Amino acid sequence: MPLSDTTGAPGPEAAGGPLIRFEKVVKRYGDNVVLRELDFEVAAGERVTLIGPSGSGKTTILRLLMTLETVNDGVIWVNGDSLSHMERNGKLVPANEAHLRRVRKKIGMVFQQFNLFPNMSVRKNITEGPVHTLGVSKEEANQRAEDLLELVGLKAKIDAHPTQLSGGQQQRVAIARALAMRPEILLLDEVTSALDPELVAGVLDVLRDVAQTTDITMLCVTHEMGFARDVSHRVLMFDAGRIAEEGTPEQIFGDPREERTRTFLKAVLETG
Amino acid sequence: MMWDWEFTAVVVPRLLDGLVITVLATLIGYLVALALGLAVAIVRRVRIIGPIVHAVMEFIRTTPLLVQLLFVFFLAPSGMTALTVGITVLGVHYAAYTAEVYRSGIEGVAKGQWEACRALSLPPLRVWGAVILPQAIRKVIPALGNYLIAMFKDTPLLYAITVQEMMFHASGLGGQYFRNFEAITLVGLLFVLVSVPSAILIRRLERRYAAV
Ligand SMILES: Nc1ncnc2c1ncn2[C@@H]1O[C@H](COP(=O)(O)OP(=O)(O)OP(=O)(O)O)[C@@H](O)[C@H]1O
Ligand SMILES: [Mg+2]
Repeated sequence: MPLSDTTGAPGPEAAGGPLIRFEKVVKRYGDNVVLRELDFEVAAGERVTLIGPSGSGKTTILRLLMTLETVNDGVIWVNGDSLSHMERNGKLVPANEAHLRRVRKKIGMVFQQFNLFPNMSVRKNITEGPVHTLGVSKEEANQRAEDLLELVGLKAKIDAHPTQLSGGQQQRVAIARALAMRPEILLLDEVTSALDPELVAGVLDVLRDVAQTTDITMLCVTHEMGFARDVSHRVLMFDAGRIAEEGTPEQIFGDPREERTRTFLKAVLETG
Repeated sequence: MMWDWEFTAVVVPRLLDGLVITVLATLIGYLVALALGLAVAIVRRVRIIGPIVHAVMEFIRTTPLLVQLLFVFFLAPSGMTALTVGITVLGVHYAAYTAEVYRSGIEGVAKGQWEACRALSLPPLRVWGAVILPQAIRKVIPALGNYLIAMFKDTPLLYAITVQEMMFHASGLGGQYFRNFEAITLVGLLFVLVSVPSAILIRRLERRYAAV
């Protein structure tokens, strides 16, 4: 089952370049500078975990990528397309909704609070995007929904409503909903932190499965260090809107160079 | 003072005629208020025209219905019947209230629902039609229902613009037979007869939609 649709024509900068590129990105809320000229790149197929203390800007990075927020300065490139600008007659002009929709289709997001549509069945939640955004036929969308529910172990719940599901089940449906769009990039923002402890493992198992069976690029904010170690190629440690340290999970978790990373990891181990 | 049963027999059939007009004006006016109020609540979120529409609705909400009825009645083209004017003004007046109700319902939908729509790139028609409004309206059904009753109780004002609803007949015949007491009492009774069952029905609907 192909979970990722990578047939879209790459932009001019995409050939061999990174899939995601942050270029001197600045994000402010009023006087609060959340991201300070942030630079980083993610290659296609890479799994990156973002860690760092509360308020360090991890969620903001994912929200910027999902175009739920806009940058104040700098550029975010996805597959050679800017999220804030587009080319028209050889000139860069502010991105319009059509451009954003096109870029956004490559990106899926799973939220901490699931954000399933409570007025729709599980099936509808999953088929809504493919049918109405991608123009997939109802039958095909249904088939996708069934396959994905199989993957997340909830095939029996296809006609249930979100309110009838546990938090863990809802989050697994939310993962299926995001995957149904066949995104190239999957954004995961603390997807297990709203769950009761006994439900966390089920969701993480599903995500491990996704990581093993697909080549979807994943950006993942999590405090689950075991999971981060298992799935990620690279860990970015954020502090005050900057990357304080980056490396392989073995290096960051086993032998952090920065004092800030050590303090943070110690705090997470104590509370988590 | 004795109750005049003979007069009652004369006036009740006319009052029932009037009741038909009253119910008709309420129902059509209510549909106008529901549809227009919804349109206003959505358009209010649009830049530039949103604030203009809001200002107009605010003006309508803060001037008396009776004044609006008379104003439009005197301005209306002669081809427009008093009933049409009455229904339109009632509908538009109450749209100013239902728009506020819808607005609170829309604002009550969790921010995460908008973000999920955005993450799926759903087209605006689906965002509103399949996600936001179904959730928003469900929550405000009780408040909308209350305006149906309120509107019904405001219909006697249509008498002022010669619509032949209940008050029109009551005051005409009551004056003619010097039996205003019976006439008005009967109008009140008929109002109770309709609004109490309606209120019960609305509460029942409310309970049904309050679940989930
Ligand atoms: N909508 C907003 N309005 C104002 N300030 C905001 C908004 N969203 C985030 N912030 C601020 O931006 C900063 C970074 O927030 P962000 O949510 O990205 O942090 P985070 O690293 O995800 O933290 P956490 O681990 O607590 O989730 C914080 O100081 C936060 O208060
Ligand atoms: Mg966060």
